Amino acid sequence: MKRAGFSNPWLPVALLLPQLSIIAIFFYWPAGWAIHSSFFLQDPFGFGSSFVGLDNYTDLFGAVEYRKVAGFTVIFTLLVTFLSLAIALLLAVKADKVIRGARSYRTLLMWVYAIAPPVAGFLGIMFFQQGNGPITQFFGFFGWEFMLGVNYTDTATAMVIVSVWKQIPVNFIFFLSGLQSIPKSVQEAAVIDNNSGTSRFWDITFPLLAPTAFFLLIINITYALFDTFGVVDTLVKGEPGNNPLTLVYKVYVDGFRGNDLGGSSAQSVILMVLVLILTVFQFRLIERRIHYT
Amino acid sequence: MGGQLGETVNQIAQDFNASQDDYTLIPVYKGSYEETLTSGIAAFRAGEQPNIMQVYDAGAAMMIASGGAVLPVADLFAQNGEEINVEDYIPGVRYFYADSNAKMIGMPFNSSTPIMYFNKDALDAAEVEAPKTWEEFQNVTAPALKDAGYVPLSQSALPWIFTENFMSRHNLPFATNNNGYDGFDTKILINNDALKGHFKAVAQWYEDGHFGWYGTGWSDNARPFEEGKVAMWLGSSGSFGGLLQKVDFPFSATMLPYWEGVTKEPTQTFIGGAALFAMSGHSAEEDQATAAFFRYLTSPEVQYFWHKATGYVPITEAAYELAQKDGHYERFPAAEVGVQQLSLPGSDNTKGYRLGFYVQIRDVMNREFSRILTGETDVDSAFEAIETEANQLMARFAKTQG
Repeated sequence: MKRAGFSNPWLPVALLLPQLSIIAIFFYWPAGWAIHSSFFLQDPFGFGSSFVGLDNYTDLFGAVEYRKVAGFTVIFTLLVTFLSLAIALLLAVKADKVIRGARSYRTLLMWVYAIAPPVAGFLGIMFFQQGNGPITQFFGFFGWEFMLGVNYTDTATAMVIVSVWKQIPVNFIFFLSGLQSIPKSVQEAAVIDNNSGTSRFWDITFPLLAPTAFFLLIINITYALFDTFGVVDTLVKGEPGNNPLTLVYKVYVDGFRGNDLGGSSAQSVILMVLVLILTVFQFRLIERRIHYT
Repeated sequence: MGGQLGETVNQIAQDFNASQDDYTLIPVYKGSYEETLTSGIAAFRAGEQPNIMQVYDAGAAMMIASGGAVLPVADLFAQNGEEINVEDYIPGVRYFYADSNAKMIGMPFNSSTPIMYFNKDALDAAEVEAPKTWEEFQNVTAPALKDAGYVPLSQSALPWIFTENFMSRHNLPFATNNNGYDGFDTKILINNDALKGHFKAVAQWYEDGHFGWYGTGWSDNARPFEEGKVAMWLGSSGSFGGLLQKVDFPFSATMLPYWEGVTKEPTQTFIGGAALFAMSGHSAEEDQATAAFFRYLTSPEVQYFWHKATGYVPITEAAYELAQKDGHYERFPAAEVGVQQLSLPGSDNTKGYRLGFYVQIRDVMNREFSRILTGETDVDSAFEAIETEANQLMARFAKTQG
């Protein structure tokens, strides 16, 4: 077979250059700066600064609060990822079976996708408002006095519910198209072998959905870790107080509200490492075990 | 500033532009105090700083420490051959935005102080007067108001009202180094029995239903008062104008109560609100324009207009006199409470405070105070945590200046 190639070795470089420069300018350069400033304590206006070595990192790991925020982020991510995947899968499986009016059902379920996170957070505030929010009143009916912004667990609950609600449509769309791409012949063969719908789902449908599910798992983890910023910011109304915070929100609070550039940079570097680990995990460990048809 | 305050600021800018032909002032709203400070810093680093930036009390330390970014008001006026006489200003605002040599760095603008608003109908229903001391509140006012079906009290900023101004009201030092004015190696002094005693009482009030607390946000705590559920609300003297528009019950105000057990001679409180800082790096003509606007802004007439419209205190003695002469306080006695409180006897403890990374220190306070009220921690551990974290933050800030 003839190997395709460029006669001029500079041509491929030139063709790649736009992409490479975008990566360099918008990723490597800021990342480099973040690493650099994480070793300094700097006057916000940029006049004075002192090199503090790893102090910013040791301060973080020594802080009870930072560990608490990290702990909450883990629980929050697990809950949001699991719930939004599970509910979306259930909805997709049910929607797949609908015959009459299928299109309108699907459209309705996808609508929420178009809502921006801060708007979702704002809707959350309206629903969970102390005293007169509809959901607050609903909980009150069962004797649960829901206090958004006062009670830590209540605020966390609202954050999880709003974040999950916001993410379900994306997962739903992917699961639904995943389900529809499973060959009819396979499903019909399964019906002959096994009469139970539940076990057919777990034995046949779910494994065939695995590539979609795995892709969504990664997307949802990153969503819960990073993209819920708007929801968190709106629900805590810009006042961290004793509210549950995620790691990304803490970077913002310390860096942009408190103007502690060094401490905030150290936190972003930690998040970069986290993303790196996630990526390695994705490609090295799981990707190999998933079979794409 | 947004809302009714923002409209008044725009009005002042328009009037200034109309009052002369040499300069045009363009006011820009950049969001909350925190957001304004952050975008101002970003603009400065990009070399695109505005001529004037409004910075709130908690950000003052950062502005004044960053010597190069700010053109001190005293210097700005000196360039134009004028001098600032601090005696022209009412006592409470003289030193808050000044350096340790009493040189004015920021131009005090929207100056407020925490005062106690009360719903007259509620107090009449309970047949009580607004309390002067916390002892009176605890023993007389609160139980009576609760029996009359009201939540007796709420407040909108625990660090500002129940901490910083607790210290100034009781003439107690807030931090070492002369409240932080004299250096960066400052330690916070809040871990003391007087303040802890106050928070133990507050926690008890909360438990007994004598105190309502609705989260960290300002308006979450103001709303129940505006809706008539809470009888008394500790807010800013600058909230007066907004309240006049919002509430449909008769209200008035009185000074921030104090503990008779701590002091028999309560002192003046700190000003809150914000100051205007002239940013460095502009041409002499533009600086002249800034000076002209500051002169216009501090003129008695403009100060009186601002005071009338918003409730923020008139910052000069002349403006205060004008308001008195005009009979403003006969019409609205509540409007005078802030000025009176800022004109009480003062001391070194009441000039102000200058603590680095103070925005974060306030966040730590808010967090720990919330935990006290929700029962997640006790008062002693909360104050230990605040002391430790505040001192760490200030030590970190000291290094940013190295």
